[in-house]
Amino acid sequence: MAGSLTSLRDPRYRARLRALALVAPLVIFIGVTFIAPLGTMLTRSVYDPVVADVLPNTLRLLDSWDGVGLPSEAVYAAASEEISQAEAERSLGLVASRINRVRGGLRGAITHTSRELRNVQQGSRRESMIAIDSVWSDPATWHAIQVTGERFTSRHYLNALDLQRLPDGSVVSQPDERRIYVHLFWRTLMISALITLLCLVLGYPIAHLIARSPPQRANLLLILVLVPFWTSLLVRTTSWIVLLQTQGVLNDLLVAIGLIGDDGRLSMIYNMTGTIVAMTHVLLPFMVLPLYSVMRGISETHMNAAASLGATPLQAFLRVYWPQSLPGVGAGALLVFILAIGYYITPALVGGSDGQLISNMIAYHMQTSLNWGLAAALGGVLLAGVLVLYVVYERLIGIERIGLR
Amino acid sequence: MMSGTRPKFGRILYLGFCTLVFVFLVAPIIVIVPLSFNAEPYFTFTEGMLRLDPDAWSLRWYREIIFSEAWVKSFVNSIVIGVSATVLATFFGTLAALGLASSAIPARRAIMGMIISPMVTPVIIAAAGMFFFYSELGLGQTHLSIILAHTVLGVPFVVVTVTATLAAYDSTLNHAAASLGAGPWTTFRRIQFPLIAPGVISGSLFAFAASFDEVVVILFMGGIEQRTIPRQMWAGIREQISPAILAIATFLIVFAVLLLLTVNWLRQRGEARA
Amino acid sequence: MNYHIKLVALSVLIALFVAACSTEEAPYVTAVSWGGSYGKAVNESANIPFSEETGIEVRVEDYNGGLAQIRAQVEIGEVHWDVVDLEIADAVRGCDEGLLEPIDFDMLTPAPDGTPASEDFPDEVKTGCGIGSLVYSNVYAYNAETIRGPAPETPADFFDLEKIPGRRGLRRVPHVNLEFALLADGVPANEVYAVMSTPKGLDRAFAKLETIKDQVDWWEAGAQPPQMLADGQVVMSTAYNGRIFNAQVLEDQPFVIVWDGQVYDIGQASIVAGTPRLAEARKYVAFLTSTESLARIGERISYSSVRNSGQSLVTTHLTTGVDMAPHLPANPDNMRNALRFDWAWWADHQDELNERFSAWLAL
Repeated sequence: MAGSLTSLRDPRYRARLRALALVAPLVIFIGVTFIAPLGTMLTRSVYDPVVADVLPNTLRLLDSWDGVGLPSEAVYAAASEEISQAEAERSLGLVASRINRVRGGLRGAITHTSRELRNVQQGSRRESMIAIDSVWSDPATWHAIQVTGERFTSRHYLNALDLQRLPDGSVVSQPDERRIYVHLFWRTLMISALITLLCLVLGYPIAHLIARSPPQRANLLLILVLVPFWTSLLVRTTSWIVLLQTQGVLNDLLVAIGLIGDDGRLSMIYNMTGTIVAMTHVLLPFMVLPLYSVMRGISETHMNAAASLGATPLQAFLRVYWPQSLPGVGAGALLVFILAIGYYITPALVGGSDGQLISNMIAYHMQTSLNWGLAAALGGVLLAGVLVLYVVYERLIGIERIGLR
Repeated sequence: MMSGTRPKFGRILYLGFCTLVFVFLVAPIIVIVPLSFNAEPYFTFTEGMLRLDPDAWSLRWYREIIFSEAWVKSFVNSIVIGVSATVLATFFGTLAALGLASSAIPARRAIMGMIISPMVTPVIIAAAGMFFFYSELGLGQTHLSIILAHTVLGVPFVVVTVTATLAAYDSTLNHAAASLGAGPWTTFRRIQFPLIAPGVISGSLFAFAASFDEVVVILFMGGIEQRTIPRQMWAGIREQISPAILAIATFLIVFAVLLLLTVNWLRQRGEARA
Repeated sequence: MNYHIKLVALSVLIALFVAACSTEEAPYVTAVSWGGSYGKAVNESANIPFSEETGIEVRVEDYNGGLAQIRAQVEIGEVHWDVVDLEIADAVRGCDEGLLEPIDFDMLTPAPDGTPASEDFPDEVKTGCGIGSLVYSNVYAYNAETIRGPAPETPADFFDLEKIPGRRGLRRVPHVNLEFALLADGVPANEVYAVMSTPKGLDRAFAKLETIKDQVDWWEAGAQPPQMLADGQVVMSTAYNGRIFNAQVLEDQPFVIVWDGQVYDIGQASIVAGTPRLAEARKYVAFLTSTESLARIGERISYSSVRNSGQSLVTTHLTTGVDMAPHLPANPDNMRNALRFDWAWWADHQDELNERFSAWLAL
């Protein structure tokens, strides 16, 4: 800082200030309405104070429990008091559903216990709770309460990777029937890679054709690529349902020309095939546009020179054209892949059950199971993956070149 | 003989393949247009339609939509939300693009990365985050929260498009104007803005299209009072799919083609000037 | 730029924002129900007359069952739904979790002869936070025109891919499907819940579902099965009996209901805890569950009132004059192997089974 007065007079400094002042409103706007919401959501993947706030004494007393036998009478007394109080304050459902996620069946047990506790006036709380429901004599129940009582927790991330922490602190795999997320991440990656490949195979030749057409025709062909780009995603998805369903246009056509019998109609939608076909269609323009903008800059003369030196068209293509088009291939493939791994709408509508991707599981935990911590953790893993790809894209290609026309 | 036909054969193969890809791109969209005039509640061409029997064709699904309170309301919502989000996105986006075009801007790449991030972040994550955020602010299920969300999702389109236009803008014009005594504001208003206007308009059309087609945010954050056309279509596709959806789809296709041709025309005009 | 244009643009913008942000509203209540032909019947029978009588607007929202949205709204602290038409197992759980307002029978409409509501509703439909309204049933139906092979008659036929090939529709939830699978696997109706209470029994139910898994199209909204049957997307599908009935009488669809092994249940009207429109919601529930409203619904769709005073009010369908009795779940001819949905069992097991079911589906 060499004196603010001189620097304010410095035209470079003023230009910089002016530029920053122009950018600032948007940066602040995105910070508040986009980055902050992402942050609050990711916080949920590691932080949940509800159980700790509602059952503070129970948790404190559980600290001195040996973890093997029954907890002390004091724990039961605190638990029964806090459960009854939570019921009165209508926060019991929140607590019970959290504990239930760690150990299935406890939601019913807890709400049922609170109902019965109203009739219990005296005597040992331990005996009366165990009499109401035998889960209270199971150490696993108290472990589940301890686990959910942690304000800061890694269990959602462990869960998102099909892992769990046992009471002794060791990290092991989830039981078989709960081990689905790694499989789904893997499926998401594979389907996205396949779609990227399909887009490349379909998109490369037409980008090439457009790049080598005279301007008028190129513009017309580009419009054909852009029509799907601008058409509503839901319209395109509807189209594929209309085309591919069992009684749809394509099956009718195949039956009419006798290729398949009326009994042999193909299942092309509401399964993985539906997801792949519809997503390839949706994402193809994102491959063609960057390819086209690179190919437009490749001069014909190189190919002609190669040909005149005796190279076959294939050799000339592989040695001369393909390497020059690689930046477009990279840009298109990365963009398609990034968009594919986060896709939600199309698989939700046409994916049936085996065409669901990780985003659909996030939506399920957001809207149906309400396991928001797990949804946030799955989202965190997905977001980390996208960020890595995004940084790669930024380094290799530069984000301003995201193909838009 | 062989060497004469082989490249030809290859070329036919190549052109044939390209044709198929174009068919793949466009045919699914075109196919639902005639189906929206189906007199029957089915999604396939009835025999009558194929025979061009006039009784097999009808406007009943269009009538159903025009007289449906739910569809009309969703159309109004789509317009109100789309226009508001577009105005905001265009305003913030154009300002930022002007700032980013200056060579004096520090940390340009980082800022650009942040501004573009809503475009590449999986929408489901963004929508989930915004759902919590606005609900906690007491703004859940309001038009305002959805407009703000759509603004964020649309703003990268404006920034990218305007930045591309500004790259073609000759900055010596600014110096020329300044040397003739024009202040920065006058220069912008009289010289720079008219020249970049096509880019600004294209960008705003992109932003509008993004909002007009947005489903996930609406699904997470909207209630019945915020139902938009895509939300209404979503329910239709998932639950009671009727050819009325195809009638709406046809309308949206026509709308998309108009937008596309406008943007294309603006771009060509911009290129012609540059 | 022309200043007039600026002025116009500015005022349009302000108008849009005012329109978007205006909060001053007439009294209303958000009523959430099951959409489709049932939703239409409720609309005509209760919502429209209610608005005319009280001046309170009824905003109708459709959903496909479950407590998720209510839990989310209560947890996040913003209640948008006021009255929800719940499945009874959900009403019981929602009550236990503090998601629903307790129902006071004194606020409900008495029977036309003056019998207080607390005596007019049978005890078994009173669940603390919900009030039973209509008896409906989960059945399966087929399209007589598209089915190949012999006509199905039992739950076992639904699972017999050799006897009757083709795709099937099932609701994308575990409840009712597990019962249905066990019935199909030969478990007598009165033992179904005992079998389901053992881990082995649950495995057996899932294993039975697994046998047709790759032939199933899963539906969520009650309006889907009639549509899927009409389109020929599936040859048979489970469905709510009233939806099939309406497709039969109003659209002349050649659907046939298989009553054998039906699982009947009772719909519950409940008020979401913490709604800012409690008074309106109570008025609406009283109106909706009145003997007259339920009778009007019963004239439009084949669900019967649970109220004692409503038993003999409905005889024929409103517009077609079809005799309703043979189409009601409680008709003796339809009761063979009928199973009464055990909501208490499901209230206790729903969470773990929902999780297991969605994992089973995803793999």
